[in-house]
Amino acid sequence: MRTVTLAGVDVELDDDGFFARPEQWTEAMAPEIAATQGIDHLTEDHWRVVKFMRSQYLESGAGPTVRVLGKISGVPIKELYQLFPKGPAKLAAKIAGIPKPRGCI
Amino acid sequence: MPDTVERETVDSDDVDRASIGPPSIEKVSIIVSKGSLEGVYPALIMANGARAEGMEANLFFTFFGLDAIHKARHDHIKVATVGNPGLHLATMLGGVPGVSAVMTHYLTHKMGKLDIPSIPEFIEMIADTGCGLYACQASVDLFGLEKNDFIPQVHDIITVGEFYEMAAGGQIIFT
Repeated sequence: MRTVTLAGVDVELDDDGFFARPEQWTEAMAPEIAATQGIDHLTEDHWRVVKFMRSQYLESGAGPTVRVLGKISGVPIKELYQLFPKGPAKLAAKIAGIPKPRGCI
Repeated sequence: MPDTVERETVDSDDVDRASIGPPSIEKVSIIVSKGSLEGVYPALIMANGARAEGMEANLFFTFFGLDAIHKARHDHIKVATVGNPGLHLATMLGGVPGVSAVMTHYLTHKMGKLDIPSIPEFIEMIADTGCGLYACQASVDLFGLEKNDFIPQVHDIITVGEFYEMAAGGQIIFT
Protein backbone atom coordinates (compact mmCIF):
# COMPACT_ATOMS: atom_id res chain seq x y z
CA MET A 1 0.00 0.00 0.00
CA ARG A 2 1.27 3.47 -0.77
CA THR A 3 -0.03 6.98 -1.04
CA VAL A 4 0.35 9.08 -4.16
CA THR A 5 -0.91 12.51 -5.12
CA LEU A 6 -3.24 12.59 -8.12
CA ALA A 7 -4.93 15.78 -9.29
CA GLY A 8 -3.77 17.39 -6.05
CA VAL A 9 -5.40 14.77 -3.82
CA ASP A 10 -3.67 12.06 -1.78
CA VAL A 11 -4.98 8.60 -2.71
CA GLU A 12 -4.07 5.08 -1.63
CA LEU A 13 -2.87 2.57 -4.21
CA ASP A 14 -2.26 -1.14 -3.72
CA ASP A 15 1.09 -2.76 -4.55
CA ASP A 16 0.10 -3.16 -8.21
CA GLY A 17 -0.96 0.47 -8.61
CA PHE A 18 -4.73 -0.05 -8.40
CA PHE A 19 -6.91 2.09 -6.16
CA ALA A 20 -7.19 0.60 -2.69
CA ARG A 21 -10.19 2.84 -2.02
CA PRO A 22 -12.13 3.31 -5.30
CA GLU A 23 -14.29 6.02 -3.70
CA GLN A 24 -11.21 8.30 -3.69
CA TRP A 25 -11.18 8.40 -7.50
CA THR A 26 -12.33 11.39 -9.53
CA GLU A 27 -12.42 11.86 -13.29
CA ALA A 28 -9.73 14.53 -13.02
CA MET A 29 -7.25 11.84 -11.90
CA ALA A 30 -7.75 9.63 -14.95
CA PRO A 31 -5.46 11.48 -17.41
CA GLU A 32 -2.62 11.49 -14.86
CA ILE A 33 -2.93 7.74 -14.26
CA ALA A 34 -3.20 7.10 -18.01
CA ALA A 35 0.01 9.05 -18.65
CA THR A 36 1.90 6.76 -16.25
CA GLN A 37 0.61 3.80 -18.29
CA GLY A 38 1.84 5.09 -21.62
CA ILE A 39 -1.44 6.65 -22.72
CA ASP A 40 -0.71 10.34 -23.23
CA HIS A 41 -4.16 11.37 -24.32
CA LEU A 42 -7.48 9.88 -23.27
CA THR A 43 -9.73 9.95 -26.32
CA GLU A 44 -13.50 9.67 -26.29
CA ASP A 45 -13.13 5.94 -26.99
CA HIS A 46 -10.78 5.51 -24.02
CA TRP A 47 -13.28 7.31 -21.81
CA ARG A 48 -16.10 5.12 -23.04
CA VAL A 49 -14.23 2.02 -21.85
CA VAL A 50 -13.01 3.59 -18.60
CA LYS A 51 -16.49 4.77 -17.66
CA PHE A 52 -17.93 1.41 -18.58
CA MET A 53 -15.42 -0.39 -16.34
CA ARG A 54 -16.26 1.89 -13.46
CA SER A 55 -20.01 1.56 -13.88
CA GLN A 56 -19.68 -2.23 -14.01
CA TYR A 57 -17.65 -2.16 -10.82
CA LEU A 58 -20.15 0.07 -9.05
CA GLU A 59 -22.96 -2.18 -10.20
CA SER A 60 -21.49 -5.60 -9.51
CA GLY A 61 -18.52 -5.01 -7.22
CA ALA A 62 -15.99 -6.22 -9.79
CA GLY A 63 -14.55 -4.98 -13.06
CA PRO A 64 -15.13 -7.21 -16.13
CA THR A 65 -12.40 -9.25 -17.87
CA VAL A 66 -11.43 -8.46 -21.46
CA ARG A 67 -13.86 -11.05 -22.87
CA VAL A 68 -16.79 -9.72 -20.89
CA LEU A 69 -15.74 -6.15 -21.65
CA GLY A 70 -15.70 -6.95 -25.38
CA LYS A 71 -19.07 -8.66 -25.21
CA ILE A 72 -21.05 -6.11 -23.24
CA SER A 73 -19.37 -2.75 -23.83
CA GLY A 74 -19.88 -2.94 -27.59
CA VAL A 75 -16.19 -2.17 -28.21
CA PRO A 76 -14.64 -5.09 -30.18
CA ILE A 77 -11.64 -6.91 -28.64
CA LYS A 78 -9.34 -5.75 -31.45
CA GLU A 79 -10.21 -2.14 -30.79
CA LEU A 80 -9.84 -2.59 -27.01
CA TYR A 81 -6.25 -3.69 -27.53
CA GLN A 82 -5.60 -0.76 -29.87
CA LEU A 83 -6.82 1.60 -27.16
CA PHE A 84 -5.05 -0.18 -24.30
CA PRO A 85 -2.15 -2.21 -25.75
CA LYS A 86 -0.88 -3.30 -22.34
CA GLY A 87 -4.12 -5.09 -21.42
CA PRO A 88 -7.53 -3.40 -21.81
CA ALA A 89 -9.28 -4.62 -18.65
CA LYS A 90 -6.22 -4.16 -16.49
CA LEU A 91 -5.32 -0.67 -17.73
CA ALA A 92 -8.88 0.61 -17.94
CA ALA A 93 -9.46 -0.60 -14.36
CA LYS A 94 -6.35 1.20 -13.18
CA ILE A 95 -7.40 4.41 -14.93
CA ALA A 96 -10.99 4.03 -13.66
CA GLY A 97 -9.77 3.76 -10.08
CA ILE A 98 -11.17 0.29 -9.43
CA PRO A 99 -9.51 -2.97 -8.31
CA LYS A 100 -7.85 -5.24 -10.85
CA PRO A 101 -10.44 -7.49 -12.55
CA ARG A 102 -10.08 -11.16 -11.63
CA GLY A 103 -10.96 -14.01 -13.96
CA CYS A 104 -9.18 -16.47 -16.22
CA ILE A 105 -10.97 -15.80 -19.48
CA MET B 1 1.37 -5.91 2.77
CA PRO B 2 4.22 -3.78 4.21
CA ASP B 3 3.78 -2.27 7.69
CA THR B 4 4.92 1.16 6.60
CA VAL B 5 3.07 3.32 4.15
CA GLU B 6 5.45 5.11 1.86
CA ARG B 7 4.61 8.43 0.35
CA GLU B 8 5.59 9.62 -3.05
CA THR B 9 4.32 11.73 -5.86
CA VAL B 10 3.59 10.41 -9.33
CA ASP B 11 6.24 11.50 -11.77
CA SER B 12 7.12 10.53 -15.30
CA ASP B 13 7.55 6.87 -14.40
CA ASP B 14 5.06 4.10 -13.88
CA VAL B 15 2.52 4.07 -11.06
CA ASP B 16 3.75 0.50 -10.58
CA ARG B 17 7.30 1.68 -10.24
CA ALA B 18 7.51 1.43 -6.47
CA SER B 19 6.22 -2.12 -6.30
CA ILE B 20 9.04 -4.36 -5.29
CA GLY B 21 9.15 -7.91 -6.54
CA PRO B 22 10.56 -10.16 -9.22
CA PRO B 23 10.67 -8.73 -12.76
CA SER B 24 7.49 -9.36 -14.70
CA ILE B 25 7.24 -11.68 -17.73
CA GLU B 26 7.22 -9.63 -20.93
CA LYS B 27 6.74 -12.32 -23.56
CA VAL B 28 5.48 -15.92 -23.77
CA SER B 29 5.62 -18.42 -26.61
CA ILE B 30 3.18 -21.27 -26.07
CA ILE B 31 3.47 -24.58 -27.90
CA VAL B 32 0.30 -26.64 -28.45
CA SER B 33 1.21 -30.24 -29.28
CA LYS B 34 -1.99 -32.09 -28.33
CA GLY B 35 -5.21 -32.35 -30.29
CA SER B 36 -7.58 -33.14 -27.43
CA LEU B 37 -9.95 -30.69 -25.76
CA GLU B 38 -8.05 -30.85 -22.47
CA GLY B 39 -4.83 -30.52 -24.43
CA VAL B 40 -5.84 -27.36 -26.29
CA TYR B 41 -7.78 -25.23 -23.77
CA PRO B 42 -5.00 -24.66 -21.21
CA ALA B 43 -2.72 -23.19 -23.87
CA LEU B 44 -5.50 -20.93 -25.15
CA ILE B 45 -6.30 -19.72 -21.65
CA MET B 46 -2.62 -19.01 -21.00
CA ALA B 47 -2.21 -17.12 -24.28
CA ASN B 48 -5.35 -15.06 -23.74
CA GLY B 49 -4.34 -14.37 -20.13
CA ALA B 50 -0.87 -13.29 -21.19
CA ARG B 51 -2.33 -10.71 -23.58
CA ALA B 52 -4.77 -9.53 -20.91
CA GLU B 53 -1.75 -8.87 -18.69
CA GLY B 54 -0.14 -6.88 -21.46
CA MET B 55 2.49 -9.47 -22.38
CA GLU B 56 3.46 -10.26 -25.94
CA ALA B 57 2.18 -13.76 -26.78
CA ASN B 58 2.55 -16.26 -29.60
CA LEU B 59 0.90 -19.65 -30.08
CA PHE B 60 2.79 -22.31 -31.99
CA PHE B 61 0.75 -25.34 -33.11
CA THR B 62 2.60 -28.58 -33.72
CA PHE B 63 1.70 -32.23 -34.33
CA PHE B 64 -1.90 -32.98 -33.32
CA GLY B 65 -2.17 -29.48 -31.88
CA LEU B 66 -2.61 -28.39 -35.51
CA ASP B 67 -6.22 -29.57 -35.31
CA ALA B 68 -6.98 -26.52 -33.19
CA ILE B 69 -6.33 -24.25 -36.18
CA HIS B 70 -7.51 -26.66 -38.88
CA LYS B 71 -10.56 -25.21 -40.64
CA ALA B 72 -12.45 -28.50 -40.84
CA ARG B 73 -11.37 -29.90 -37.48
CA HIS B 74 -11.18 -27.10 -34.93
CA ASP B 75 -14.87 -27.28 -34.16
CA HIS B 76 -14.66 -31.04 -33.50
CA ILE B 77 -11.95 -31.30 -30.86
CA LYS B 78 -12.79 -34.10 -28.42
CA VAL B 79 -11.99 -35.00 -24.84
CA ALA B 80 -9.62 -37.98 -24.62
CA THR B 81 -11.62 -40.69 -22.87
CA VAL B 82 -8.95 -43.38 -23.20
CA GLY B 83 -5.70 -43.16 -21.27
CA ASN B 84 -7.10 -40.34 -19.18
CA PRO B 85 -7.32 -41.51 -15.55
CA GLY B 86 -8.45 -38.04 -14.47
CA LEU B 87 -11.85 -38.75 -15.98
CA HIS B 88 -12.43 -41.57 -13.43
CA LEU B 89 -14.01 -43.64 -16.15
CA ALA B 90 -13.19 -47.33 -16.74
CA THR B 91 -10.66 -47.52 -19.59
CA MET B 92 -12.74 -50.06 -21.51
CA LEU B 93 -15.77 -47.81 -21.26
CA GLY B 94 -13.74 -44.88 -22.59
CA GLY B 95 -13.12 -46.80 -25.80
CA VAL B 96 -16.77 -47.46 -26.55
CA PRO B 97 -17.85 -45.56 -29.68
CA GLY B 98 -19.67 -42.36 -28.80
CA VAL B 99 -18.34 -42.05 -25.26
CA SER B 100 -15.80 -39.40 -26.25
CA ALA B 101 -18.55 -37.44 -28.04
CA VAL B 102 -20.83 -37.64 -25.00
CA MET B 103 -18.07 -36.56 -22.60
CA THR B 104 -17.11 -33.71 -24.93
CA HIS B 105 -20.72 -32.58 -25.14
CA TYR B 106 -21.02 -32.69 -21.35
CA LEU B 107 -17.82 -30.72 -20.76
CA THR B 108 -18.47 -28.09 -23.43
CA HIS B 109 -21.97 -27.62 -22.05
CA LYS B 110 -20.50 -26.97 -18.59
CA MET B 111 -17.93 -24.61 -20.09
CA GLY B 112 -20.65 -22.75 -21.94
CA LYS B 113 -22.42 -22.14 -18.65
CA LEU B 114 -19.22 -20.54 -17.34
CA ASP B 115 -19.04 -18.42 -20.50
CA ILE B 116 -15.90 -20.18 -21.70
CA PRO B 117 -15.93 -19.80 -25.51
CA SER B 118 -15.76 -22.73 -27.92
CA ILE B 119 -12.33 -23.43 -29.43
CA PRO B 120 -13.05 -21.68 -32.78
CA GLU B 121 -14.47 -18.62 -31.03
CA PHE B 122 -11.65 -18.57 -28.47
CA ILE B 123 -8.94 -18.74 -31.13
CA GLU B 124 -10.55 -15.95 -33.12
CA MET B 125 -10.72 -13.85 -29.96
CA ILE B 126 -7.08 -14.59 -29.12
CA ALA B 127 -6.05 -13.53 -32.64
CA ASP B 128 -7.99 -10.29 -32.05
CA THR B 129 -5.97 -9.63 -28.89
CA GLY B 130 -2.88 -9.46 -31.07
CA CYS B 131 -1.46 -12.88 -30.19
CA GLY B 132 0.42 -14.49 -33.09
CA LEU B 133 -0.75 -17.88 -34.41
CA TYR B 134 1.80 -20.11 -36.15
CA ALA B 135 1.83 -23.63 -37.54
CA CYS B 136 4.85 -25.93 -37.34
CA GLN B 137 6.46 -26.58 -40.73
CA ALA B 138 7.59 -30.14 -39.92
CA SER B 139 4.10 -31.19 -38.79
CA VAL B 140 2.44 -29.49 -41.76
CA ASP B 141 4.74 -31.48 -44.06
CA LEU B 142 4.16 -34.68 -42.10
CA PHE B 143 0.39 -34.45 -42.35
CA GLY B 144 0.43 -33.20 -45.94
CA LEU B 145 -1.31 -29.93 -45.08
CA GLU B 146 -1.01 -26.45 -46.55
CA LYS B 147 -1.73 -22.88 -45.45
CA ASN B 148 -5.17 -23.09 -47.00
CA ASP B 149 -6.19 -25.86 -44.57
CA PHE B 150 -5.90 -23.45 -41.66
CA ILE B 151 -8.14 -20.69 -40.38
CA PRO B 152 -7.26 -17.27 -41.83
CA GLN B 153 -5.99 -15.99 -38.47
CA VAL B 154 -2.89 -18.19 -38.80
CA HIS B 155 -0.04 -15.82 -39.62
CA ASP B 156 2.44 -18.27 -41.06
CA ILE B 157 3.92 -21.75 -41.20
CA ILE B 158 7.33 -21.55 -39.56
CA THR B 159 10.33 -23.75 -38.84
CA VAL B 160 11.63 -24.57 -35.39
CA GLY B 161 14.50 -22.16 -35.93
CA GLU B 162 12.13 -19.35 -36.76
CA PHE B 163 10.12 -20.26 -33.67
CA TYR B 164 13.19 -19.90 -31.44
CA GLU B 165 14.04 -16.58 -33.05
CA MET B 166 10.54 -15.38 -32.33
CA ALA B 167 10.62 -16.72 -28.77
CA ALA B 168 13.98 -15.12 -27.96
CA GLY B 169 14.00 -13.13 -24.75
CA GLY B 170 10.73 -14.57 -23.47
CA GLN B 171 9.36 -17.65 -21.76
CA ILE B 172 8.52 -20.84 -23.65
CA ILE B 173 5.60 -22.98 -22.45
CA PHE B 174 5.09 -26.47 -23.87
CA THR B 175 1.65 -28.02 -23.58
